[in-house]
Amino acid sequence: MAQVGGALRLAAVGREAMALGLRPGQTLADARARIPHLVVEDHDPAADAALLHRMAGACDRWTPLVALDPPDGLILDVTGCAHLVGGEAELRAQSLRRFRHAGFSVCATIAGTPDAARALARFGRAGTVPPGGEAEAVRALPVAALGLEQDTRAALALAGLKRLGDLAGLPSRPLAARFGEEPGRRLRRVQGLEDRRITPLRPRPACWADEVFADPVAHRPAIAAALQRLAGRVADRLEAEGRGGRAFEASFFRSDGAVRRIGIRTGRPQRDPDTILRLLRERLDALADPLDPGFGFDRVRLAVAAAEPLEPRQPRLDGEADHEDAVSDLVDRLVARLGAARVLRFVAADTHDPLRSSRLVPAAEPGASSAPWPVPEPSEPPARPLHLFDPPQAVEALAEVPDGPPLRFRWQGVLHTIVHAEGPERIAPEWWRDPDAPTRDYYRVEDAQGGRFWLYRAGLYDRETGPPRWYLHGLFA
Amino acid sequence: MQPPVALSALRRAVMALEPGIASAAGRPFETGRPDLDAWLGGGLARGVLHEVHAGHARHPAAATGFGLGVALRAAGGRPLVWVRQDPVEARVGGLYGDGLAAFGLDPSRLVVVRARDPTGALRAVDEAARCSGLGAALVEMGGAPGILDLKASRRLTLSARASGVTLVMIRLDASACPSAATTRWSVAAVTSSPVEAKAPGRPAFAATLLRHRAGRPSRTWHLEWDRDSLRFSSPVAEPAAAAPLPRAVVSVPVGGAGPAEAGRRRAG
Repeated sequence: MAQVGGALRLAAVGREAMALGLRPGQTLADARARIPHLVVEDHDPAADAALLHRMAGACDRWTPLVALDPPDGLILDVTGCAHLVGGEAELRAQSLRRFRHAGFSVCATIAGTPDAARALARFGRAGTVPPGGEAEAVRALPVAALGLEQDTRAALALAGLKRLGDLAGLPSRPLAARFGEEPGRRLRRVQGLEDRRITPLRPRPACWADEVFADPVAHRPAIAAALQRLAGRVADRLEAEGRGGRAFEASFFRSDGAVRRIGIRTGRPQRDPDTILRLLRERLDALADPLDPGFGFDRVRLAVAAAEPLEPRQPRLDGEADHEDAVSDLVDRLVARLGAARVLRFVAADTHDPLRSSRLVPAAEPGASSAPWPVPEPSEPPARPLHLFDPPQAVEALAEVPDGPPLRFRWQGVLHTIVHAEGPERIAPEWWRDPDAPTRDYYRVEDAQGGRFWLYRAGLYDRETGPPRWYLHGLFA
Repeated sequence: MQPPVALSALRRAVMALEPGIASAAGRPFETGRPDLDAWLGGGLARGVLHEVHAGHARHPAAATGFGLGVALRAAGGRPLVWVRQDPVEARVGGLYGDGLAAFGLDPSRLVVVRARDPTGALRAVDEAARCSGLGAALVEMGGAPGILDLKASRRLTLSARASGVTLVMIRLDASACPSAATTRWSVAAVTSSPVEAKAPGRPAFAATLLRHRAGRPSRTWHLEWDRDSLRFSSPVAEPAAAAPLPRAVVSVPVGGAGPAEAGRRRAG
């Protein structure tokens, strides 16, 4: 039940209600008048869309090219896929069986173009249209099957054109002059004379390999062995094409229709089956919710989601390139285990603000070029600490006014007496970011035990408001 | 057969089995300070696990600095991995690129891994220990997690030995517990030799050798980190410099077949 305009109308009806004569679009009052004990629920379009997405995922087993036809349709491009399950008729029967088994009311049509199949499935007799038979098959369909705008449809109806067969007999030029280009184009598509690409839900993988089990498999070693064979097949194909994968995806199709997908990315193109397997295994081991085979997987797929040219390389005599590759592979494994946000590298920014001058970015992502790192003065002690607190930690400090170094300070309840100090190093805030931030005077200090600290005073005496506060910003080695 | 001969033969056989002493992982690397290197028998072993304990829980950065120095010496020009944990990060602060550059490590050579907990950190460092392209890997551990037992450290040593990656584990506040580390150090901060105008000087450490797998006796050195030549050096004014070595030191050839058996004992 959904609110349409001012009235509550039925958005969808169940099989029993359909048998009792209810139809979607009826007002709730009418329906109640006919069936007083009608059970209604609020319409939840988001849940419907999510369900359609899940169904599209389940259709992935037949072809990687699945498009949504909202609100309740799916379009599959099965070109070149049907023979894998034993022909188009068998493919259609198998998909219908699967969804009916799961409790859906479905109908399916296989035709030469997506529009023809859609029109026949929604408005005509379902089935498999032989190649070239689309024009004949759609003759009896109503004009609504073209999916035109409401006013064009009304105009066609006024002209007495009710069936696609009526339209098909007309010369196209007067038709276009009177009703616009759209009906003609739609008609050609529905008749199978003009094809169009569907926009698949998921991008088409560069290549993939499937392993189908006659009986569902839940045994882990069997799944691992299947992955190993798949990795070998994918690697062979990539090698033949002179390419390497940058992103891989393993899909596990459960016999009850659920699909679980595991993705990995690599820092450089890869086609070594052992490397791919190892990354997949890392990823599987690190899953927060482990792979649940339920009653078993009946199909496992390994797809290469992104591929790049990869020429066979001669190993360099000095072994330098191998080191780089080894580290890049290590980063891939760590990313597969811990996630990209936890494997990082430093990037320098061209700023004097200590909190922004060095950043950690994901190591697996290219780009983010680094500014040059500050070159330390020869024979000077380090001017910046190894560890930096973010945010800086407030401390109590005793210092000479106006800008003497602190004599002692208390941090985490411990009093540090300072014996050596250097400063101030005045770092003005970046006024274009935060105009009210106080100036900072930094001091490098050393206490009697040898602890070396980076302290600063926020604010200048008399010139900036309030009593200055002291902060510990970092620890020197 | 003379019993001492049998004993030294047995020792040699055990040496060959011990990870970290046999020459499988290659030449040892020098710390840069001659008397320390002589004491260690030519330097620290490459491709093994070295443990650095913070002598003072209040000054954890000294142990970090010493550990980073050891890792830099071991790595040569190769990349490093530094494995950190969220709790440690909250306690001692994050790594600072400018500070690493000021210490002598080009930050672009470093991969930082942030694990959630000790388990994740150990797995990450084990992964790093198997990557032969790395020079060294550092890991910081706070407290004494139960997972870090003898088995875990032995595993790390075996991985490191196969790849030649030197591992440095920085224990922020742990008392010594059994581990397969080749050397164990306790590092405390000491006041540096101030530069002009009483400014704090170069990073200075009091490093105590707590345990050495080849049986080197325990001793404390005052060291400074010389960023310009990337090595440890004697402080400008060192209190312990005047003290003579406790006894004559014979350098032991790698592999353990030396005449120094008499001075060797098991420690730890």
